[in-house]
Amino acid sequence: MAETLLSVEHLSTIFELPGRTPFSASHELKAVNDVSFDLAKGETLGIVGESGCGKSTLGRSILRLIEPTEGRIVWQGHNLRDLSPRDMRKARRDLSIIFQDPIASLDPRMTVADIIAEPLRVSNPELSRKERRERVQTVMEEVGLAPQMANRYPHEFSGGQAQRIGIARAIVTEPKLIVCDEPVSALDVSIQAQIVSLLKRLKKRLGLTLIFISHDLSVVRLVSDRILVLYLGRIVELGPRREVFANPVHPYTQALLSAAPIPDPKIARQRGRIVIKGDPPSPVNPPSGCVFHTRCPIAREACAETVPPLDPVAPDHRAACLFAEEAMRMAQSGSEPEAQPSR
Amino acid sequence: MTLYAGKREALEDAFLDREMPRGKPRSLTRDAMRRLRANKAAVVSLFVLAFIVLAAIFGPFFIPYDYETPDWSAFRAPPSIESGHYFGTDQNGRDLLARTLYGTRISLTVALIATTVSVIVGVLYGATSGFLGGRIDQAMMRFVDVMYALPYILFVILLMVMFGRNVFLLFAAIGLLEWLTMARIVRGQTLSLKEREFIEAARASGVSTFPIILRHIVPNLVGPVVIYATLTVPEIVITESFLSYLGFGVQEPLTSLGTLIAEGTDVLEVMPWLLLFPGAVLVSLLLSLAFIGDGLRDAFDPKDR
Repeated sequence: MAETLLSVEHLSTIFELPGRTPFSASHELKAVNDVSFDLAKGETLGIVGESGCGKSTLGRSILRLIEPTEGRIVWQGHNLRDLSPRDMRKARRDLSIIFQDPIASLDPRMTVADIIAEPLRVSNPELSRKERRERVQTVMEEVGLAPQMANRYPHEFSGGQAQRIGIARAIVTEPKLIVCDEPVSALDVSIQAQIVSLLKRLKKRLGLTLIFISHDLSVVRLVSDRILVLYLGRIVELGPRREVFANPVHPYTQALLSAAPIPDPKIARQRGRIVIKGDPPSPVNPPSGCVFHTRCPIAREACAETVPPLDPVAPDHRAACLFAEEAMRMAQSGSEPEAQPSR
Repeated sequence: MTLYAGKREALEDAFLDREMPRGKPRSLTRDAMRRLRANKAAVVSLFVLAFIVLAAIFGPFFIPYDYETPDWSAFRAPPSIESGHYFGTDQNGRDLLARTLYGTRISLTVALIATTVSVIVGVLYGATSGFLGGRIDQAMMRFVDVMYALPYILFVILLMVMFGRNVFLLFAAIGLLEWLTMARIVRGQTLSLKEREFIEAARASGVSTFPIILRHIVPNLVGPVVIYATLTVPEIVITESFLSYLGFGVQEPLTSLGTLIAEGTDVLEVMPWLLLFPGAVLVSLLLSLAFIGDGLRDAFDPKDR
């Protein structure tokens, strides 16, 4: 693998929730709990998990849009958490984000050109108005927006076009890392494909590294080199895309994959579903030991006591399960979800 | 497979939503103005307001009398076309039309000064407090609460001592009291605005706090601020009338709508025109401002009509 661009070490983001009355004790919500991973230059890491598992919080914590409580974010040799507000603002030219709701992420009172130019004003204040204008035109072309749209306002655009504006803003400073926070889940399926292929094209052309957050496994599979599965703020499995999709180890990953819809009903009928019961437990009061043990089909007593370490199960492939081998056998005994032919 | 190479790209290009919005770019303000023009009451009120403002500015140049020189041939004269005293004269023989025009001038100036001051201070204070949040917000809003609790009249008397008889400074100072409500409204709006994603996008781009407040928060407050400002203007006109009535405001021979009405009330039975004309001007002024404020509210916020 190429050089490491970003390494996240034991990152935790804890929210303080006030108690019911001013006198009762406050609760802690561990939205991100002891997460560590490395990101190589040029790769795409897909982060998946169900609603409320901390995907977005993790993405925003890495960019310090939400202040993490513990851990280190090592970026180009520096811990981002040690930077002063001023240095952090400077570092932001290399770090970018694309949001889920394309219209809400654009200021309704600014024109498209002003919106796209804003990061540029901060990162390159020396640029003249004309140079800035030219740069904006270039990125607009790059993302497939007609130059005449520059003086329009966000509410005049469709969701897909608005997301292109969001992407143009994200790449205008030529960043190295972009966090894509569910960039296509608010869009029509037909538009999703366009935006995904646009992101892939840009990634190749500009040498970007992406963190791609989504709950849509088919989209993640299309763009990611590696997959990180998150459950209640903890990493349960981390591995190369092929490995995770073909041989999921953790029972949660297996269940997640088997819950993904398959377009062909014949194949869909053949596969065995691993159904897990109930809603995820509250992150305010997480289960002891392995956080998944309350819903796990193979849970034993030990699971409620020991927090499973994220151990390697194959090269580059790690899973946090005490009974990983048994889980793997369960997967191979016929209930493994049929891999889709790759598109 | 090679046959299909590039086919997906071609299909994508064909279906790419390259649809262009038509017509001129529509900013939110332009949209609001279009809706305002469709509101008859607001449009009529705009004309009434414009007429009053223009009359107050240019009217005094076209009439042969001024507001302080008595006409020795006409004391307590009722309105008449022949004498040229269209609104009549008062006990001192001064032309009421001239006095009403000057009074409107003063009232409007005072309202404008106080409103401007209260908008500037209120918006900046409220937006800062709401955006920074936490303890700073708490401290700033408690200060507002304390100011609210202090009696208004006490402040006016204090300010009178400080500024003496300068009416305009006095009203600039009244603006400094009026901003409290504006700050509360703006803070509330800011609290909801700052959770919007475009603010987070600006932070992700590295924009620092005060530029975010000025470039993203304040422009998005235009709706509620404009509406509240149009409602502040009549409030100040009334405050001024009240203060003048108490003798704190504008002093003789200068006059204001409030002073004229106060004087007119005393002699209502013998010289009703002294109350009727200034009263009519004040009422139409307040009504038209209220309709415009209402129209603006609907125009900026078509959802909660």
